[in-house]
Amino acid sequence: MGLLKKIFTAIRGGATEAGEAFVDANSIRILEQEIKDADGHIHKAKQDLTTVIAKEMAASREIEEIKTKVNEYEGYAISALNKGDEALAIEIADKIANLESDLGQQQEAQSSFSAHANRLRELVKKTERTLAEYKRQLTMVKTTDSVQKATSAISDSFSNSNSKIMSATESLERIKTKQREFDDRLKAAETLDNESPDTSLDTKMKEAGIGPQTSSASSVLDRIKAKKGA
Amino acid sequence: MKIKQIAEQLDKLSVESREGYDFENQIIPGEEEVLQIILVGREEIPVYLTQTDTQILCISYLWGENEIKPESKGELIEMMLDMNIPMPLSSFARIGDQYAVFGALSTNSSIEDIAHEIVTLSDNSLEAIDVMSEFLK
Repeated sequence: MGLLKKIFTAIRGGATEAGEAFVDANSIRILEQEIKDADGHIHKAKQDLTTVIAKEMAASREIEEIKTKVNEYEGYAISALNKGDEALAIEIADKIANLESDLGQQQEAQSSFSAHANRLRELVKKTERTLAEYKRQLTMVKTTDSVQKATSAISDSFSNSNSKIMSATESLERIKTKQREFDDRLKAAETLDNESPDTSLDTKMKEAGIGPQTSSASSVLDRIKAKKGA
Repeated sequence: MKIKQIAEQLDKLSVESREGYDFENQIIPGEEEVLQIILVGREEIPVYLTQTDTQILCISYLWGENEIKPESKGELIEMMLDMNIPMPLSSFARIGDQYAVFGALSTNSSIEDIAHEIVTLSDNSLEAIDVMSEFLK
């Protein structure tokens, strides 16, 4: 959006003369650098995201393992109590308490990783949008630049070849005249083809075996034989 | 495709793909290469083709600022805006003090698409001058 405004201002300021750039060459360089940077940021964010997701998965696995162990040791504790071994049961309970403390830590780590991953996903999305915007602006700059250069090449070629630039209506009139002449010639040729009674009469006569006969091999041979005999 | 390749491929096109027209192509050298395409019989209004990273632009010049009847300029411009969408494949534009019609194609376009664009643009430019001539000197 910023760029369109810049071009708007340049046009309003009268920067429409051939050779006068709407956008200085620096803008292209800066935009290209920004695109490169944004591409770099996206690449880095995606790498970080992969790492964070891997850590999150490891934490989830760890949580499941700890939970299984807690269940297992709770079973042991019950067995110890059933056997009346209070001391062992306390020791097992101590172990369970430790496991639950680990569980808490892992759960905290997992939610932190998960939050981090979400932030990175948002960052990637945002950077992708910025990148698309930079690319759109670059297209705009390059097209403007290219059209300007092309236009000046076209007008240079006109002045070099000394072509007289006719007005639009004169050009159109000349093209229409040429088209009319072409159509007239085509029509004339068609009329000529259709209105040739001689040709049709010849055809009819020939079909009837009347009129000048075209020479055939046998008639030529007859002629030669006649000459030879004479 | 580079401008030179487009020129070479246009030369090889069948008459069907050229929609019955003969093309005369000439590359105009410069900082930005331009291909001038003349449809034989329409020498006065060539089509210019130029390329950027993302698009191929075909441009035909219509009339200059100095050819417009001053009192009709507002009406002419409104008419050009109104006609922009009905006009197939081409749009009105202004480059410097020259009014133009142009069409933009993807750089992945086939040579047949480019040829179709060129012929359509040429048709549109003649028709545009014809219908807008009452606003012109």
